[in-house]
Amino acid sequence: MTESLRQMWEYLQSDAAWSGRNGLPSLAWAHVKVSLLAVVLAGLVAVPAGIVLGHVRRGALVAVSVVNIGRAVPSFAILALLLPFSLRYGFGLGFWPTIVALVLLAIPPIFTNTYTGVRDVPDEAVEAARGMGMRAGELVRRVEVPVAVPLIVTGLRVSTVQVLATATLGALVGYRNLGTPIVTGFTSPDKGPMLAGALAVALLDLATDGLFAVAARVLVPWRRPPRRDADATVAVEQITRVVTT
Amino acid sequence: MNGPRLAAAEEPLVRWDWVGDHTDDITELFWEHVTLTVVAVGIGFALSMVLALVAVRWRWTYEPLAGVCSVLYAIPSLALFGILVSIPFFGLGFRTAEVALVGYTLLILLRNIVAGLDGVPDPVRAAADGMGYEPWRRMLRVDLPLATPAIVAGLRIATVTTVGLVTVTALVGEGGFGDLINDGLSRDFSTPIVVGTVLSVALAIAFDVLFVLAERLLTPWSRAGRTGRRPQGATP
Repeated sequence: MTESLRQMWEYLQSDAAWSGRNGLPSLAWAHVKVSLLAVVLAGLVAVPAGIVLGHVRRGALVAVSVVNIGRAVPSFAILALLLPFSLRYGFGLGFWPTIVALVLLAIPPIFTNTYTGVRDVPDEAVEAARGMGMRAGELVRRVEVPVAVPLIVTGLRVSTVQVLATATLGALVGYRNLGTPIVTGFTSPDKGPMLAGALAVALLDLATDGLFAVAARVLVPWRRPPRRDADATVAVEQITRVVTT
Repeated sequence: MNGPRLAAAEEPLVRWDWVGDHTDDITELFWEHVTLTVVAVGIGFALSMVLALVAVRWRWTYEPLAGVCSVLYAIPSLALFGILVSIPFFGLGFRTAEVALVGYTLLILLRNIVAGLDGVPDPVRAAADGMGYEPWRRMLRVDLPLATPAIVAGLRIATVTTVGLVTVTALVGEGGFGDLINDGLSRDFSTPIVVGTVLSVALAIAFDVLFVLAERLLTPWSRAGRTGRRPQGATP
């Protein structure tokens, strides 16, 4: 360990660590870019779908299935499976297989949390809004979505954290990011870049998680944000429900 | 650019003759995948049971314990491998794989065990106390059995997650079906990738079904008085 730490220290003091396309800033930017894009694309699909299904209060089975399938199919496998297709249809290595795998990974948490949040808006609130003469569109926009915001943010948070973590695996299909020094480090005697890359990914991920915690407080001042495990609890509850009902 | 594309287009997604030639390897990888999963979930379960009992007994320890597990859970697997591999004691291989896999089960299991124990109704506890159960015997005979559904739900999530993560541990040399995926990736050969993925998902589903069956055996009372209307195993 001390030897690896010394190698990392030396690496961090070298120019190679901070400049050029193999430098940490460039790798980190590639990492963040693909992750952000994936979460935005997933959100564009999953949030509207979750709102619509939650509003009509149908599709519990879909929600549970999406979570369960998402959990059972390893993202490493999706990434690997996409590579032959990407090559076959001319999209090449790197960016395309990575982004598709990340979007697929990001959809389940966003969808399930949005769906649960909108569906579980208290009946009294919905009734009251209807009594005030709100139409469906208004009800969704002014009552259901605002009430569901904390859970939607939780979904985005869980997805973003997972996507940042998994983007690392993109290095295996040739997408150059913070995972690249880790993967090359497994077989190299110089563990410096690997340790630096690993710590950078871990810090990036934990920092993003923290940023979301702060954002949740700012965005939802009328209510303390749900605890960080809200998604896990929701998923557990749903599974327990399926098993025991 | 044209060369590899043409070659790839002629190659079928799955070459069944390759699968036929490699059944022995696949069986071996199956056992490796099962071993890695069972050892990780087993150790993770034992550890989180201890943590959960501590957390339930001394309430103030729960948040810090869960906090540490959350941080562990948030560290990307590849990064964790990177850190562990650079420690000579762990290096490439079984130890690094297992430490990472165990680490990821802790948060899920701890939360579920504690939630299950918290869900035991107070009157039931009081009745057991009144019947003269000593604290540890009440835990063993009353609290834990009643918490079984929540605990099994946690075990199911932890196991399915672990089966998936084992494919990634192929990168540190211990990967079960992940070895097939990794092998396919490095040779740009889709057959092992497809076979590895399908088998890994099938294994996850098989474990899940086993847990559902085990839960039915462990909690016979939950079926008494409730006839029919119980879905046959909520497979993912």
